[in-house]
Amino acid sequence: MEFRNRDIISIKDFSKEEILYIIKTAKKFVPLAEGKKYSDVLKGKILSSLFFEPSTRTRLSFESAMQRLGGSVIGVAEPTTSSVKKGETLSDTIRMADSYSDVIVLRHSQEGAARLAAEFAEHPIINAGDGAGHHPTQCLLDLFTILNEKKRIEELNIVLLGDLKYGRTVHSLAYALALFGANLTFVSPKTLEMPKEVIKECKDLGAKPKSTTVLEKAIKDADVLYVTRIQKERFPDPEEYNRVATSYRVDLELLSKAKKDLIIMHPLPRVTEIAPEVDKTPNAVYFKQAFNGIPVRMAILSLILGGGR
Amino acid sequence: MKELKVQPIKNGTVIDHIPAGRALKVLHILGIPDRGIGSIVSVAMNVRSNIMGKKDIVKVEDRELEPKEVDKIALIAPRATINIIRDYEVVEKHRVKLPKEVIGILKCPNPTCISNSREPIESRFIVISDNPPRVRCYYCEREPDDIASRII
Repeated sequence: MEFRNRDIISIKDFSKEEILYIIKTAKKFVPLAEGKKYSDVLKGKILSSLFFEPSTRTRLSFESAMQRLGGSVIGVAEPTTSSVKKGETLSDTIRMADSYSDVIVLRHSQEGAARLAAEFAEHPIINAGDGAGHHPTQCLLDLFTILNEKKRIEELNIVLLGDLKYGRTVHSLAYALALFGANLTFVSPKTLEMPKEVIKECKDLGAKPKSTTVLEKAIKDADVLYVTRIQKERFPDPEEYNRVATSYRVDLELLSKAKKDLIIMHPLPRVTEIAPEVDKTPNAVYFKQAFNGIPVRMAILSLILGGGR
Repeated sequence: MKELKVQPIKNGTVIDHIPAGRALKVLHILGIPDRGIGSIVSVAMNVRSNIMGKKDIVKVEDRELEPKEVDKIALIAPRATINIIRDYEVVEKHRVKLPKEVIGILKCPNPTCISNSREPIESRFIVISDNPPRVRCYYCEREPDDIASRII
């Protein structure tokens, strides 16, 4: 398995074995991510952090991961003040950042931006979200979280809930979960259903995903409930939004209908889809999930830059 | 012998079995007449065909087109045949076959695909099936429904 200098563009570029290897490596990094141990394996290495779209968790966790491994970070978080505003093409920005650093983390509003960047950069590109496209490190940390909590993915009943049409994380996640043999149920309002291509991809991998609009039905035998935010702006009619938002609210009442060991995940930020009362239950793992972004990103950085030590 | 509306050519290339109405698009993909082909090019449209009902035919005189330059027309004419003519005889005949990738021929249907912005790149599509032709954008992974309407 060779990771050195590899681009991380889409989860589909990785085999099941490679994904498991990244997750295994990430486990080793947990004490370092917690600050209990120190490493300088990436000392002298520089990460360019290019976020042309807002991000809190992804950007901070990449920066934390790099610095916890002894590396340093340069970057732009405000595209409005950068050369992009002056009309520079992405390829020119990438060429420049490539000559200043050893790895580039890129978030961009246009699909395919990371693939394009990889063509122009000699150093590895890590896709931190390209429009409605891929967000592979989110997918890896989601898989890491499920494996950590449940010890397996195969045969687990996993419910993906919310905006399954535009949600950037759920498409790659559905693919990866199908690859690992999970039983998938997609719950969303009719207008925000999982795209047909994604369902077809899951079926091609041998999965038999079910789709429904009713959460109460799907929650009963679920092992994992993956909640995503439904964006208000997707609804022209505010009443329709309110109806959907309230029907998909995860609260203690809903939890009373679920298995005791159900885990609830969310890529965050959440708005109203998970009631704060749920935070204290053992079912809520979304803050752990957010933390898991650090060891997973440490593993990726160390594998592509330093050989995974 | 049947009377032919378009006369046989002495030397050159005949592209046969083009779906009716697509001959001009085929010429466009081949870059004719812009690409320095100064020889006579004749186009027959809506010709009766036993297999296809109606078909188009393109004849390029005094020029033997290489399979590599012609194969990309399989995007819109997957059953097209290429006949190389020397002294009125067909000396070579083969079906077009799509290459693994088509570069710079199609425009991605996704308006927010990076290939539709001001970047110094050509569009790039991965061929996922030959017949019917199906392609996927290398950048955003979108699959155009109607390939013919996406030709640049």
